[in-house]
Amino acid sequence: MTLQNFINDALSPWLNTEGIDNDIVLSSRIRLARNFEQVPFPTSGDTAAMEKVLQFIDQEFNQQTFQDFKQFQLVKMSDLKPIEKRGLVEKHLISPNLAENEQTGAVLISKNEQASVMVNEEDHLRIQLYFPGFELTKALEKAEQLDDWFENRTRYAFDEKRGYLTSCPTNVGTGLRASVMMHLPALSMTNQMNNLIPEINKLGLVVRGIYGEGSEALGQLYQVSNQMTLGKSEEDIVEDLKSVVKQVIESERRAREWIMEQLGIQLEDRIFRSYGILANSRVIQSKEAAKCLSDVRLGIDMGMIKNVPKTILNELMVLTQPAFLQQYAKKQLAPNERDVFRANLIRERLQLEH
Amino acid sequence: MKCQRCHENEATIHYTQVINSEKTEVHLCEQCAEQEGYMNFNEDHFSIHQMLTNMFPFDQTMNHQQKVQTQESLRCDRCGTTYQEFRQRGKFGCSKCYQAFESYLDPIFKRVHGGNTNHVGKIPKRIGGNLHKQRELDQLQGKLNQLVRDEAFEEAAQVRDQIRKLKEEINQDKGGEA
Repeated sequence: MTLQNFINDALSPWLNTEGIDNDIVLSSRIRLARNFEQVPFPTSGDTAAMEKVLQFIDQEFNQQTFQDFKQFQLVKMSDLKPIEKRGLVEKHLISPNLAENEQTGAVLISKNEQASVMVNEEDHLRIQLYFPGFELTKALEKAEQLDDWFENRTRYAFDEKRGYLTSCPTNVGTGLRASVMMHLPALSMTNQMNNLIPEINKLGLVVRGIYGEGSEALGQLYQVSNQMTLGKSEEDIVEDLKSVVKQVIESERRAREWIMEQLGIQLEDRIFRSYGILANSRVIQSKEAAKCLSDVRLGIDMGMIKNVPKTILNELMVLTQPAFLQQYAKKQLAPNERDVFRANLIRERLQLEH
Repeated sequence: MKCQRCHENEATIHYTQVINSEKTEVHLCEQCAEQEGYMNFNEDHFSIHQMLTNMFPFDQTMNHQQKVQTQESLRCDRCGTTYQEFRQRGKFGCSKCYQAFESYLDPIFKRVHGGNTNHVGKIPKRIGGNLHKQRELDQLQGKLNQLVRDEAFEEAAQVRDQIRKLKEEINQDKGGEA
């Protein structure tokens, strides 16, 4: 398989489409947690009940078409190899938690991979929708329609006082988690993230690095999402998140202008050095790759690098994760071997652009 | 200290095992620890678990014995989840658990959801029926009060008529169900 074909296979098609404010907001996601009435939640460990849920979803929704998201295909965890499951996790189509439910876990994935519905994760259904760029309102609107589509053929566990009932008390009410993936290199470079994160937390929102452990956010990629799901309408939750994200976008833009003024040629040097590393290295660890990819993406957004597509950052962040590297290498890789294949893949990917 | 398995990475997992008073110490890096099965790296689990253990406030109004008695007897009659299990795992077993543990839920929800205990968002169309109308009625009542305060009596009269019509509909629905 050529690299281009591998990439086309490995990436969700919507990743390559342009979105609003996508120099900073790479993608928007809406997730709704839903359960069926009368059936114990997956958390109860009632396997027979979960099997029934899976059967029902298979009968009613497998191969069905929802609007322009095209056909849904049901993928059962029991049919997948560990590396395939890991690949779905790296594409954010399923959670690590679902991958562990080998017996009754499954996911409905729309043909364009914008919608994925996890079955028998912590809740019976986890409806997820992705949009490129800053598109929370549109994503919510579509998610509600998809939710109605499911609701037409089933009965949800719903209580007049508490709303949609979920396994975890943190999701009850709307069951809604709205989030955006943001690239914040200039705020990180100017050490403003450490002040910004607690401020955003105070507003009831959560900020965390998407890749990497602890406080370190690899590739300067952050997820901002709502925490409260009860006592606010879906629209208000999304509006409140949007207004904070807009402020973060403004701060990042100002910080970019500031570093450009202050650092000038130094910034350009840093960006082109990073490009040089990606284009030439023979061994590269995920941490260094992430840093360089973030720099190159910033260089593209600031007009310094012209022959590389914007999507290089999110694309290569996904492709250089362990499971995809191993699919690309077509064999199991030890950590140090991964670093060699990672370097190869990145080099070849950059050559595709010339 | 280097990892004792791969001798390459820094050891970050330190594990002491005592079997028959024989003590063994294990020092591994994260990758090796995961492969050896010492721990499961799943940040989500970890942080959620931490959050949930902080989430359950102790009920200070009851004395210890009362508390133990009530909690032991509390059990969801559909899925069998006890209140103790709910507290430990931080997860409900089924939708009926919400009724079974109802008297304990408000403080938990308040803590997690910024003081809120009641849902105000979307209502499923199927179950909704009257609830949709009730919500609309509440909204119209608020609007009417505002209009009266603003002395916009013509508009207020229109809203009053809407409210009357909606109330009739709700009563009819109730009659139909009975």
